[in-house]
Amino acid sequence: MQIKFEKTADIINQDKLAEGIYSMWLSVGEMASYAKAGQFLSVYSRDGSRILPRPISICEIDREKNAIRLVYRVVGKGTAEFSAMEAGMQLKVLGPLGNGFTKRDKKAFLIGGGIGIPPMLQLARELDCEKQMVLGFRDELFLMEEFEKQGAVYVATEDGSAGTKGNVLDAIREHGLTADVMYACGPAPMLKALKAYAAEHGIECWISMEERMACGVGACLACVCRSSEKDDHSNVNYKRICKEGPVFLAEEVRFE
Amino acid sequence: MNMKVDLCGVTLKNPVMTASGTFGSGEEYSQFVDLNKLGAVVTKGVANVPWEGNPTPRVAEVYGGMLNAIGLQNPGIDLFLKRDIPFLKQFDTKIIVNVCGHTTEEYVEVVERLAHEPVDMLEINISCPNVREGGIAFGQDPKMVEEITREIKKYAAQPVIMKLSPNVTDIAEMAKAAEAGGADALSLINTLTGMKIDIDRRRFVLANKTGGMSGPAVHPVAVRMVYQAAQAVQIPIIGMGGIMNAEDAIEMILAGATAISVGTANFTNPKATEEIVDGIAAYMEKYQVNDIRELVGAVH
Repeated sequence: MQIKFEKTADIINQDKLAEGIYSMWLSVGEMASYAKAGQFLSVYSRDGSRILPRPISICEIDREKNAIRLVYRVVGKGTAEFSAMEAGMQLKVLGPLGNGFTKRDKKAFLIGGGIGIPPMLQLARELDCEKQMVLGFRDELFLMEEFEKQGAVYVATEDGSAGTKGNVLDAIREHGLTADVMYACGPAPMLKALKAYAAEHGIECWISMEERMACGVGACLACVCRSSEKDDHSNVNYKRICKEGPVFLAEEVRFE
Repeated sequence: MNMKVDLCGVTLKNPVMTASGTFGSGEEYSQFVDLNKLGAVVTKGVANVPWEGNPTPRVAEVYGGMLNAIGLQNPGIDLFLKRDIPFLKQFDTKIIVNVCGHTTEEYVEVVERLAHEPVDMLEINISCPNVREGGIAFGQDPKMVEEITREIKKYAAQPVIMKLSPNVTDIAEMAKAAEAGGADALSLINTLTGMKIDIDRRRFVLANKTGGMSGPAVHPVAVRMVYQAAQAVQIPIIGMGGIMNAEDAIEMILAGATAISVGTANFTNPKATEEIVDGIAAYMEKYQVNDIRELVGAVH
């Protein structure tokens, strides 16, 4: 069984990266040495009226300092609470959760859309191959400096304020990019489009899925996605995103 | 100090159990909780065949609680018997299997399949708000509650716990109906039917539109219903509904519950069940209660 830690973590620092986007380094102890790209943490609110943990993807891991960086978007009261916290304060976290990316040693696309961008950073750090990072933002850019250290970065923005005007596939086409493997995280319509693109171009495609979660450990069956084949655990065509995922081979997932 | 309780002839080492659907069959939580320390593990509902459940989103947080509309996704009895029962048998805890179905025949089929299995008790879910047929349809009519209880009792080899819905006008009437049908114990409450609307998108948050509400916000409702049911019947009651800590558990026991189940709290704190066992012991020590059974229904 994959080892998980429940930890009251100290906040090392917190920064606002863009409007509504925050970065938080947490001191998490030995959890850091087990964590890998594509996994996530459950972050618990300190307000008793908010009973469910927030699943937040791991953006970076510092194994020497036993620290994990979370970059997240404020989408509701729970994430607003986290964003108001400062260095020295504490948050309860559970992790590392989920499977993480399966790393292949071939020319790769690392594709992030919106708040699906942060997990691509740790993946970029762990991959030792030719990397092309294709990042789709709504408008304001974030984490650019960190990504540029990892290889070639291609940007798409919805409003055209930076890079290609449009989405990540528009950027790929504009620059005529090719790859043998694709790793992607972002909104479902983007993943669906990438799955189709990868199939058409014979690219191995790994996608990280998102869904509303409750337990985060595979018990409650809230965060499932449709699977092409009958899943071994569920015995039906659903897989648990928090347990079998969040990363799946695109063929394994059926988009409705 | 005695924490053992008797539930229709089955002795639990303590009154703390897991609430069906929140704990799988224990495997996922066994890394955080020593299952040997729990009175019983109540499994997620299992049907005669695999059920897919509802489309997503299946959960939503609400103030002081959550809504769920999982729709009783389950792997079916065959895989459950092959995988989940052997897993639970490794632990020194009682096994209570929650049973679901669309029709009386489906419930009976599962109950019969469990007859020769190392299962201590059956909990019959006639109160799921998230499936159209079966589930809650059985749980809101006292005549049907009595009938299905009687039918299941004909085939059950283990004591039968009927799990009741709070979405009724008179919980005492439902409790009496189950008792009249021969139930050995009652579980209550299942979730309260609720709804959440996303005002920005003007859409239902849950794909199922409605979902069952659980969590600390429903606890006072659960305490009241357990009290009313306990006043109405002689059979033991397993109290549940928003129990987050030992204080909530003790409140439920004082209201008349012989045992208690911890559900949504597992999501807020994966170690909740074990901590509640320890917290009850601390309470007993503090008030010099020698036997937990002294606390059952001891409110006045």
